[in-house]
Amino acid sequence: MCQSPYIVEAQSLCKLYNGVAAVSGINFRIKRGELYGFLGPNGAGKTTTMRMIQCVSPITSGSLTVNGMFVGRDDRDIKAIIGVAPQDDSLDQDLSVIDNLVVYAGYFDIPRNKAISIGEGLLKFFHMEERKKARIDSLSGGMRRRLVIARALINSPTILILDEPASGLDPQARHLIWEKLRDLKSQGASMILTTHYMEEASQLCDRISIMDQGSIVLTGNPTGLVKENVGNEVIEFSISDNADKILGSINERYEIDGDLCIIYAKNPSSVLGKLAKYEISSLSRRPATLEDLFLKTTGRQLKSGP
Amino acid sequence: MMITYRMFAVWRRNFTVYKTFYKASLVGNIGEPVLYLFAMGFGIGSYITEMEGLSYIEYIAPGLIITSSMYSATFECTFGSFTRLTVQRTFDSILNTPVSLSELVMGEITWGMTKSMISGTTMMIIMTLFGLYTPDYSLPLILLTIMLTGYIFAAAALCCSSIAPSYDFFNYYFTLFITPMFFLSGVFFPMDNFPEAFQWFSQILPATGSVSLLRYFFHGIVSSPLYFSFCLLVVLSLGLTIAAIKITRNRLIK
Repeated sequence: MCQSPYIVEAQSLCKLYNGVAAVSGINFRIKRGELYGFLGPNGAGKTTTMRMIQCVSPITSGSLTVNGMFVGRDDRDIKAIIGVAPQDDSLDQDLSVIDNLVVYAGYFDIPRNKAISIGEGLLKFFHMEERKKARIDSLSGGMRRRLVIARALINSPTILILDEPASGLDPQARHLIWEKLRDLKSQGASMILTTHYMEEASQLCDRISIMDQGSIVLTGNPTGLVKENVGNEVIEFSISDNADKILGSINERYEIDGDLCIIYAKNPSSVLGKLAKYEISSLSRRPATLEDLFLKTTGRQLKSGP
Repeated sequence: MMITYRMFAVWRRNFTVYKTFYKASLVGNIGEPVLYLFAMGFGIGSYITEMEGLSYIEYIAPGLIITSSMYSATFECTFGSFTRLTVQRTFDSILNTPVSLSELVMGEITWGMTKSMISGTTMMIIMTLFGLYTPDYSLPLILLTIMLTGYIFAAAALCCSSIAPSYDFFNYYFTLFITPMFFLSGVFFPMDNFPEAFQWFSQILPATGSVSLLRYFFHGIVSSPLYFSFCLLVVLSLGLTIAAIKITRNRLIK
């Protein structure tokens, strides 16, 4: 049997909670060795999608395979090759740092001595070897997050699933985690992450899918997607009385958010040339980012999450 | 619903935690029965000359072992399991691994049972030191009864934890279920003088069967149909296992 180039494949994947669709018929394929991101506002269905891949939330319809095995049929075998780093602090508060790893290894049937040596190696990799015997509540937020990721690696997983790996951390802690994730990627790990952090997605992901209301809206390489759907640069200014006239004169897509006008410019110098004669004081220009794409595709209005 | 040796990984997790504070736990295990023996046995017992041919302290000794096992398993699988289920999200983490839900439930129940064995055995040692029990052929049967009792109360408590919205819910469980069991299962007095309805009710309480089995092994007194009691314990163990798995699944798998 020849091995599929895809580590995860979903076809018409659906999930209903009490008749309400959380994920409605999505298709995606994640390549081996790829770092794949799911982006979307709260309630978009990212976490539900992850939970289905992890085999903890049964799928309602469609098909989902992980490394050629079927979710819903080969759950135990799939769980054995997945490492999960959840969003919330799910570390075992009753256990020390090293015991968190060793006990978790026990769930994967890894013998204690082997678990200790793997665990010590992971603590070293995440610069935590000195906190081996520490209690969980004495760790900083960044250290806890690193420990959650270390724990997810205890079974040397083929795929690592990360839910918001660096949210809520200070910049140093965040960059350390990103650096470690890049290290893991260079070692050939396949990774799937969900995030609200646009910077995280553009820094790390080879490809992303933007989800909204249970569907995948866009899929592709972050830089390519931004260029294609937003443009090269974004020009913003506060709306004045003659806004209609100004906007009428430019041939680019724009959006109005409150009293802010946002122009997604494919050709920024031409736009700026046209705007120059209006002498707008609040004018600013910056490169287009994933955040612009995100807001553009999922809307600027705040959605009520679940 | 495959259950494999992996359930012991869950048991071992709880044991690893227990090892870090077993001293405090043992103080309770030893202190409480001694207190009961003094208060009930010597305190109240000095007013009661004889119960079914025994001194009062002899009469209540077997029942105290059962109530102590009952409370150990109950506390472990109500407050303990509920904390792991909700606040600490331990169960969620475990379900991300190859350990199945049934194995998780079995690991929790057998751990609750182990806690009740620890307190039951501690009680037995103290009873022996007080001269209330002389170890003989009945010892394995006594331990088996304690084990079954612990198992039943652990499973029942886990069912309760899996439907509990918050810690306050356990008030119902203790008031409506555990406390009546403490008073109405024939630990402190025979149920003979109660209205017939109460006697019947008492007979189907799992603790009643355990108490009468233990009283038989201790003193040779038959206070209820023993085979019936034993079968009831076995049937309840099986039934509650299935219920605990089903209820916990409903709570966790969405």
